[in-house]
Amino acid sequence: MKTWVTPGGVHPPENKHQSLTLPIGTLPLPEKLLIPLSQHIGAAATPCIEVGKKVLKGQVIAHATGPVSVPMHAPTSGTITAIEHRPIAHSSGMLAPCIEITSDGRDKWKKHEGIADYEHASPSTLLKAVADAGIAGMGGAGFPSAVKLNPGRQRPIHTLIVNATECEPYITADDSAIRERAAEIIEGIGILSQILGNPSNILIGIEDNKPEAIAALEPLVLDTGIRVASFPTKYPSGGEKQLIYILTGKEIPSGDLPADIGMVCVNIGTTYAIKRAIVNGEPLISRVTTMTGDACGINRNYDTLIGTPVSHMLAHSEFNEQACSRLVMGGPMMGFSLTSSDVPIVKTTNCILAPSYDEIPDDEPAQACIRCGMCAEACPVSLLPQQLFWYSQADDQERLEAHNLFDCIECGACSYVCPSNIPLVQHYRHSKGEIQKARAEKIRSDHARERFEFHQQRIEQADKDKEAKRAARREAAEQAKAKAKAAPDSAAAGGNPMGGSAADIIAAAQARAAAKQVSPEQQQAKFERSIAGAEMRVQMAEEKLATASDSSTDEQKNILNAAIEGAKQKLEQAKARLAEHVEQQNGEQVD
Amino acid sequence: MAFKQITSPHAHASQNTSKVMQLVVWATVPGLIALTYHFGWGSLINVVLATATAVIAEAAVLQLRGRSIAFYLRDYSAVLTAVLLGLALPPLAPWWVVVVGTLFSIVIAKQLYGGLGYNPFNPAMVGYVILLISFPIQMTTWITPLALLPDGVSHPGIIESLSIVFAGLNPADGVTGATPLDSFKFSDGLLVDQIYAQNPLFSQAGFAGVGWEWVNVGFLIGGLILLGSKIFTWHGPVAMLGAIAVMSILFWDGGSSDSPGSALMHLFSGASMMGAFFIMTDPVSSAASNRGRLIYGALIGVLVYLIRAWGNYPDAVAFAVLLANFAAPFIDNYTLPRTYGHIDRRRATEKEEDQ
Ligand code: SF4
Ligand code: SF4
Repeated sequence: MKTWVTPGGVHPPENKHQSLTLPIGTLPLPEKLLIPLSQHIGAAATPCIEVGKKVLKGQVIAHATGPVSVPMHAPTSGTITAIEHRPIAHSSGMLAPCIEITSDGRDKWKKHEGIADYEHASPSTLLKAVADAGIAGMGGAGFPSAVKLNPGRQRPIHTLIVNATECEPYITADDSAIRERAAEIIEGIGILSQILGNPSNILIGIEDNKPEAIAALEPLVLDTGIRVASFPTKYPSGGEKQLIYILTGKEIPSGDLPADIGMVCVNIGTTYAIKRAIVNGEPLISRVTTMTGDACGINRNYDTLIGTPVSHMLAHSEFNEQACSRLVMGGPMMGFSLTSSDVPIVKTTNCILAPSYDEIPDDEPAQACIRCGMCAEACPVSLLPQQLFWYSQADDQERLEAHNLFDCIECGACSYVCPSNIPLVQHYRHSKGEIQKARAEKIRSDHARERFEFHQQRIEQADKDKEAKRAARREAAEQAKAKAKAAPDSAAAGGNPMGGSAADIIAAAQARAAAKQVSPEQQQAKFERSIAGAEMRVQMAEEKLATASDSSTDEQKNILNAAIEGAKQKLEQAKARLAEHVEQQNGEQVD
Repeated sequence: MAFKQITSPHAHASQNTSKVMQLVVWATVPGLIALTYHFGWGSLINVVLATATAVIAEAAVLQLRGRSIAFYLRDYSAVLTAVLLGLALPPLAPWWVVVVGTLFSIVIAKQLYGGLGYNPFNPAMVGYVILLISFPIQMTTWITPLALLPDGVSHPGIIESLSIVFAGLNPADGVTGATPLDSFKFSDGLLVDQIYAQNPLFSQAGFAGVGWEWVNVGFLIGGLILLGSKIFTWHGPVAMLGAIAVMSILFWDGGSSDSPGSALMHLFSGASMMGAFFIMTDPVSSAASNRGRLIYGALIGVLVYLIRAWGNYPDAVAFAVLLANFAAPFIDNYTLPRTYGHIDRRRATEKEEDQ
């Protein structure tokens, strides 16, 4: 079968033979298992069980939280003894919520059975079973498989690629699983194909350094339409993007997913887990993990329960702590160092590497970058690592993005070859973090700016509204003025030289009242109230005049009379206004 | 149990910068042997003297800059610069020429710019050019190749050579002479065939110029060793030599008196091979990407030819390399490789929004 060659790549010593001398083994049951609620990409699972409860092997102990998440199952029977934050295997050595199970030693399964007649089950039934089994990609990233296998109708899948590359040195988990479980793996691939609507092209990509595994697969794929594609060993051929290119010659556009070009790429360990879930009804509670490195007397693969503490594994592998230069989860190229061996094996743990100082000595101090370009020769995605390093040190984010920093897959090939021992990948991770922070910051400030702009807009709108009202009032006033001119006697009646402006004021008041859109009823009530007030004042003034008439001076009487007169006038005015208003209302009603 | 936290990758290839530098130094040996055989002890004395000066100067500057002397001296970059300068200087040049040039290379061209990895110009070539401009007489006096020494005259022995270098003793008559490139340049009015017939530098030569052709072969061998060890890629050297060849073929007029000489002569004369495999391959001051190095190399090749043919200096590698050093960052901006998943290569100055 034709394969393509990726640029760059390196050939580190493979060191795979050590762990392949023995078949896959099983560890004694650990006393306690620790199941982190987040072992995958997506939302952490939600515990659905309390401390003190007894559980059976395979029982759900945490539900998936939302669509991109997976549930967790009890890897063995026992009692829930803690639900709390514990150190987990993470490059930052952080604490994360975990469920601790104390084993009862019986390892008793809950009742479980596979989907009968699964060959005729619908893709959605199978997908649900995959989701319920808690399966997340077992090659490294841990993306929920049910999500990956459901790319939606607008992205039909024509190519299914099964990743059996295992290009990292030391790791043999997939290799040994294929050797011993090839038939089940092929069955799993059949199920995957069924879920994906039988893609026309099904390829198993495997490096040519695994002849036994290839030999195990080849007789089984005859007449199945599945093809085994082997290609020259080179790190990192097992990256999803690299493998797709090697097998199909196609590249996934930057920022897209394989499904966008009609492809799905699944790790071969995942296909086995899917077979166990569909055919046997077993959730994902164990996986093959390689225990290797010269600091361990026993190098082999174990079928390991998820949640097994690394220390338990080491204890049964003749581990010599003094001889161990570092403890790595994963392989020597992309694995991350563990600061404590108390952390558990998770769904993505393919290897525990305990090398001696001879194998992997302590890092030498970094020398200056001599711009030799060896890193660029090694980069599988054709970046210029030396330039990225330069701009990373200068924190020149624009240049970093122009040099496609985010296309770096952090494979470590550049650091591997760098003669100056520069921890390039570390710089790139840091810079990616910084840029993401800056982006988030920008989004936040964009939001703030948008909010501010919206606020500004509202203020402007309010100003405009006010202005419009003012204009309306002015117009109403103009009209009233015009009216007043048309009936000059009303202005002249008062004999007031300021009559015009008085009329203006009244008209403006009327306009204001109109602008306020007071209902005619309210208006009438208001007039009636002012009439009542005026009447009262007239009455009070008359009473005062009556009581004061004997003893009061003329002057006082005059004042009181004037008050009565004023009050009476106001009363008249009010009455007139009311009449006018009522008339107006009637007129309008008639119209 | 507690373990160290170390970032990936954990594995590391056995290559390291000190080893790279040492290998390059060793790869100059064939060239040095050829030089010594054909031109006497002078080059060896240059190399040793320059190296001693460079190590002392580097240590002194590191001390002043408060850096670890042992750590930085161990990268062998100062030694390499000194060796290359020593090889480029005329054999039996006065000692102070060598010392001044080395000091310029190490102190000004390298350390003042921030030390290894930060120098925009090739340090050895900066030293060389400064010497060429300051002391043109000393810098253009070459030794007569062994095969052309007059009867009864031989290259000075080691003791005599040392006296010439350090005590200013004058070498015997006939020991110094012109280089093939000089001869070509300053033999106006003669047809190429005539030059070849008259000038023993050519008439007795195998294919380019007596002595020089073997010096170039020596550096070619060393260069191929480095290429085989993947110290650098083929792009730069091939582009440079290719450009020299193309230029000399393009301007080859059949051998008129104006002719600047044949392709073979240009490729195997002067510092062509040393320049292509040891000077322009200095990674620090060259372009970064393979594509960039193709352009960078071709630029040097063209400049070398232009300066040799029409410039005032008979050889031109130093000037051409320094000029190309200027251009390197600019070349870098436009020669980014196409990254996986991208339709096109990008410009280094591109902004995200431009896309
Ligand atoms: S390999 Fe190391 S020293 Fe060489 S260019 Fe890359 S980062 Fe610089
Ligand atoms: S870590 Fe990034 S830059 Fe380095 S080789 Fe891998 S992809 Fe290229």
